[in-house]
Amino acid sequence: MAKMMLREAINKTIHDEMERDKNIVIMGEDIVGGMGTAGGPEAIGGIWGLTGGLYAKFGANRVIDTPISESCIVGAAAGAALAGKRAIAELMFADFVGVCLDQLYNQMAKFRYMFGGKTKCPVTVRITYGAGMNAAAQHSQAVYSMLTSIPGLKVVMPTTPADAKGLLTTAIRGDDPVMFFEHKTLYGISGEVPDGEYLLPFGNARMTREGNHASIVTCGQLVRAAEKAADALAKDGISCDVIDLRTTSPLDEECILDSVENTGHLIVADESPPRCSLASDIAGLVASKAFAALKAPIEMVTAPHTPVPFARELEKAYLPNAAGIEAAVRRSLAYRH
Amino acid sequence: MPLSKDQLRRAYRQMKTIREFEERLHLEIATGDIAGFTHLYCGQEAVAVGVCEHLANDDFIVSTHRGHGHCIAKGCDVVGMMKEIYGRRDGLCKGKGGSMHIADVNVGMLGANGIVGAGAPLAVGAGVAARMDGAGKVSIAFSGDGACNQGTTFEAMNMAVVLKLPVIFVYENNHYSEHTGADYAVGSKDMTKRAAGFGMLARKADGCDFFAVYDLMTEVLQHCRSGAGPASVELDTERFFGHFEGDPQRYRGPGELERLRETRDCLKNFRATAKARKLIDLAELDAIDAQVMQLIESAVTQARAAPVPQAADVFEDVYVTY
Repeated sequence: MAKMMLREAINKTIHDEMERDKNIVIMGEDIVGGMGTAGGPEAIGGIWGLTGGLYAKFGANRVIDTPISESCIVGAAAGAALAGKRAIAELMFADFVGVCLDQLYNQMAKFRYMFGGKTKCPVTVRITYGAGMNAAAQHSQAVYSMLTSIPGLKVVMPTTPADAKGLLTTAIRGDDPVMFFEHKTLYGISGEVPDGEYLLPFGNARMTREGNHASIVTCGQLVRAAEKAADALAKDGISCDVIDLRTTSPLDEECILDSVENTGHLIVADESPPRCSLASDIAGLVASKAFAALKAPIEMVTAPHTPVPFARELEKAYLPNAAGIEAAVRRSLAYRH
Repeated sequence: MPLSKDQLRRAYRQMKTIREFEERLHLEIATGDIAGFTHLYCGQEAVAVGVCEHLANDDFIVSTHRGHGHCIAKGCDVVGMMKEIYGRRDGLCKGKGGSMHIADVNVGMLGANGIVGAGAPLAVGAGVAARMDGAGKVSIAFSGDGACNQGTTFEAMNMAVVLKLPVIFVYENNHYSEHTGADYAVGSKDMTKRAAGFGMLARKADGCDFFAVYDLMTEVLQHCRSGAGPASVELDTERFFGHFEGDPQRYRGPGELERLRETRDCLKNFRATAKARKLIDLAELDAIDAQVMQLIESAVTQARAAPVPQAADVFEDVYVTY
């Protein structure tokens, strides 16, 4: 075990995997940084500090600093994968999914299917996402719900440094396209990370709190808000399951349904806007598969149906938080027919 | 270096196979027995074959929605293709892809593509892979005059230059972006000059003349395989059918198709050149014609008789593991 920040866990995992497998190539904007400048290569190493040291170690054929061309970055990763490589692509902000959606949605997601299962497309697209840094409407979105809806893609969201290592290793070594969402406010959190080989299977949620009164299902940044809410409720004798989904595709349905069967109260906390969201997806799942267990209407704590605003006060009002989750649990428990 | 008789026979056979595959599909589609949208390559054979006859199995190509010709030229199984277009279970893609999504990575054919302009970024990635492998492998992006106006194509050309990748952008200018003239839709009118503006070697040739295409590609491939960076090739060609099967082609001028068939047929041109330069006995080409007709007849017979997919097959092949 070693204590490190989530960003360090990601950087180290990429280093380790590229060392292990010479077939891996990584590409993205400023992942080397400083190319064509007085500062020279490695002046940056990724704006989030995630790709430092790769260029010096693995060279220009495998560590590819690209122009600002998101469609071509994602498309080239997919093309390299079809041609037998294992590719990691970086999207500096999740909002840029809007720029390159065709390459995700029509191309890499569908190759295996369209080609009759005779090919694979091992690409990990690392995507920095989420609100909380006042980056406004085009640099703050949580677009994982949209990508979760696309058959052929897997969607992963680590919330601890250990999970970052375990899930990223699984993503890189796997043979399917993975959308690897990294919340920008979580890069700096610290935690113990297992040494050596550490892989986490997809579709296995993590129960971070256990209880009997309510089930809080969430992912990404809101896991910490849910834990805070659960800890506050515990002081009043209300105990909650807090489920960190880790991956939204595949989804650990069993963990969610078992928890709701036990508690009868479901609160879904989701950073994306409410329509066609992860929250509505899980609400639908539970309503159709565990209806009889429900003792109250399902509570969905989500961002509003608005773009992400800029000003501190507005963004704070936009983001779901611990108080909102706590209130939702109390509402659910207070519900009477 | 002049082509050997074997190379000539092979090139002609490939062109003739594409031609008859497409001519036959035109008739088969009219019967109503083939589902979906089909875009025929008929008329452009000298491009696919003139390029792909230079390629090895481990060179890569990325194709378009008009991809049958590229598939055959790169070595996809013709019977498997016919079965795929018929939507059969043992088609090349198990009936999951159809005409617009035929692929066979084992022969370096990374897929036809239903999205115009989506292929060039994929070819850049295959170029990245080719360079990692060393050994002078190349990646070819086939695009039409329509795709050359997509932003993805511009991104891909720029990135290939920046990264000095072994990628060749082959533009098949058949003068129609779907139902719109290239003279209208290509703002600069000259896509070769535009490609040169990206900072790459940019050349053009008559895409209805196999020998012109082949000779130009000899030079361009030498450039790319040596590590000198990407190139663009514009090939002036013609499509003998509509954008898709069923297209009424009201955009064509009077007598245009008859004139194209008469004066711009790459197979006729091949024969004329072969005769004028005494390259090969035309009777040999006649024999190839007969063999190709047999192959296509057999492909259609096998495709019609092949089993259809089962409903449960819908759920297969989405992921490797899930």
